[in-house]
Amino acid sequence: MPTVELAPAPPSGSAIARAPRERTASWPLVDRIGYWLCWAVGIGLCLLALAIVLYMFVKGISYLRPSLFVESPASSVKQSQSGGFLDPIVGTLIVATIGIAIAMPAGVAIATWLSEYRRPSWLARAVESAIEMIAGVPSVVLAIFGLIIFAQPFLGFLSETDASGTVSGKSFFTAGAVMAVLALPLIVASTREGLTQLSDRLREASFALGRTPATTIRRVLLPAIRPDIASGTVLGLGRIIGDTAIINIVLGLTVTNEGVGHAPLISTLRGTGSTLTSYIYTNSPAGEGSAPQKAYAAAFVLLMVVLGLNGIVTLLTRSSGERDRGLLSRAFRLIPYMPDLSR
Amino acid sequence: MDPMMPPPVRRIAVDRDPYVAPPRPIANGSAPAPPTTAVSARLHAARPAAAHVRERMSVESVWLAYGDNWVVRDVSLPVRQGEVLAMIGASGSGKTTLLRSLNRLTEITAGAARSGQITLDGQDIHELEVNDLRRRVTMVFQQPNPFPMSIFDNVAYALAERPARGGRRRRRSPEIEHAVSDALHRAGLYDEVAGDLERSALRLSGGQQQRLCIARALAAEPEVLLLDEPCSALDPISTATIEELIVQLRESVAIVIVTHNLQQAFRVADHVAFMHLGELVEYGTSEQVFDRPSAQRTRDYISGAFG
Repeated sequence: MPTVELAPAPPSGSAIARAPRERTASWPLVDRIGYWLCWAVGIGLCLLALAIVLYMFVKGISYLRPSLFVESPASSVKQSQSGGFLDPIVGTLIVATIGIAIAMPAGVAIATWLSEYRRPSWLARAVESAIEMIAGVPSVVLAIFGLIIFAQPFLGFLSETDASGTVSGKSFFTAGAVMAVLALPLIVASTREGLTQLSDRLREASFALGRTPATTIRRVLLPAIRPDIASGTVLGLGRIIGDTAIINIVLGLTVTNEGVGHAPLISTLRGTGSTLTSYIYTNSPAGEGSAPQKAYAAAFVLLMVVLGLNGIVTLLTRSSGERDRGLLSRAFRLIPYMPDLSR
Repeated sequence: MDPMMPPPVRRIAVDRDPYVAPPRPIANGSAPAPPTTAVSARLHAARPAAAHVRERMSVESVWLAYGDNWVVRDVSLPVRQGEVLAMIGASGSGKTTLLRSLNRLTEITAGAARSGQITLDGQDIHELEVNDLRRRVTMVFQQPNPFPMSIFDNVAYALAERPARGGRRRRRSPEIEHAVSDALHRAGLYDEVAGDLERSALRLSGGQQQRLCIARALAAEPEVLLLDEPCSALDPISTATIEELIVQLRESVAIVIVTHNLQQAFRVADHVAFMHLGELVEYGTSEQVFDRPSAQRTRDYISGAFG
């Protein structure tokens, strides 16, 4: 019988020596305490996140009714008569749209200038400091400042002016504008990060073909960092949707969305209203407390929206090869077709 | 000088060829063995000379510096259409800087300074509008650097500005499609990518990407094409394809190539400039520089004594 030469079998059992599991017994006491604290904090955080999601899920699902999405809220002490949260959902959408419509172009423009031009340099440094400062200001401070600005008589067209000529400064327009300031630092940071990480070879290649810096930015650099712009925008969107202080102060906190004037869309935008966050605030036991179950349902919807946005960020930042699949990312492909002001 | 006199743009005539800088004394003056010429002569003889040769650019007494560091010292050279000029030399010899100065790309580096004159068809390049100059003198870099967009868009980006502004529909006019496929043909890439011009350029292989960059540089219809070590990141087969391409292209465009690869310089170049520590040590035809170098430093370099 011919002998078949077998390939050597991998070692098994006690023949394998593995790195011993690390024991903390030999560590100094301080290190051991720190080690276990890290474990405790990490597990605690996971439990906390899990508890929030589970609690809101259980509470929210049990109170969620399809009718809540189509009925306007009504002022009532009885929960059964207080309607749904159609207006807050619409309000959230309007505020987010206005805020992003202002913050996205402005943020991309600021970041591009900071990254590609930076002249004069003292101004660039000042702008950087300003952006950092805005990023650190609590939204309630932005809100009262915004209210002061938009209550000026010459900005009365953005909100309601009462019989005595006092401008309220509270409307979807003004709240959206203040929200834009809130989202701006996130978009600037993300766009700058993208531009900084782009290779200088791309810029050189474009310059070597006789293209101006403006054309290079518009047709090469900004399209290349679409995912960064998109993720900054989605982060800003999440920040806008989640903010309560600006809504409470600058949006007027009315139960339903109240139009001002008669122009179809403009009247709503000039009027006051509420969003999901302010709806939760007013209906929870912390606010007027008249409809806690609906507050839970609204909180669940809000949580789902924010988690969805987080998912979008993950998708946009993860796969570089399949970047163009997302809807938002597709929208950003329009950037090369923006009018070129340099020509 | 009499202001009515035209500038002396043809000061470097063909009869000054070869240019030989005074050699510096070298400590170990052992004469190296002359390079083997039998094979190289055969390779070179196989290539027909270009039909007509004419001077497009002229570099006259050019000094270039980054900050206080003069990296190019008093270099004078002609750049001719119908032939390939190879610049060889060790790292830090200033050849890339000199190449980049030909389309004023040195200017995007902060602290760059210059002296002397570079002309394109008799005009001082510093009096030309810089973006016009860079469209007439385009460049291909060491690393393939396609833009993160489709193959078509990469080439179309280099085309001259379209007369009317417009969106996607206008970008696909028949003239533009023709110009793009023409440039891809000239770069020898068309047959490989014709199936899907909408594919991302980043999905091409390295050699294809570099040929795409050459197509892009040709799409601008340049008069001079600058190549900065275009094959150093590529495999031998892609390198051979690109070298063939360079030899073909010299008929329609003046070509300057910087290379570390002496065999490559010999294979593609009609004239060779050897630079060392910022100085032009030797300039002459490929045969002169490789087979009968007149400077000791050239002999040392091409025999592998340094660099």
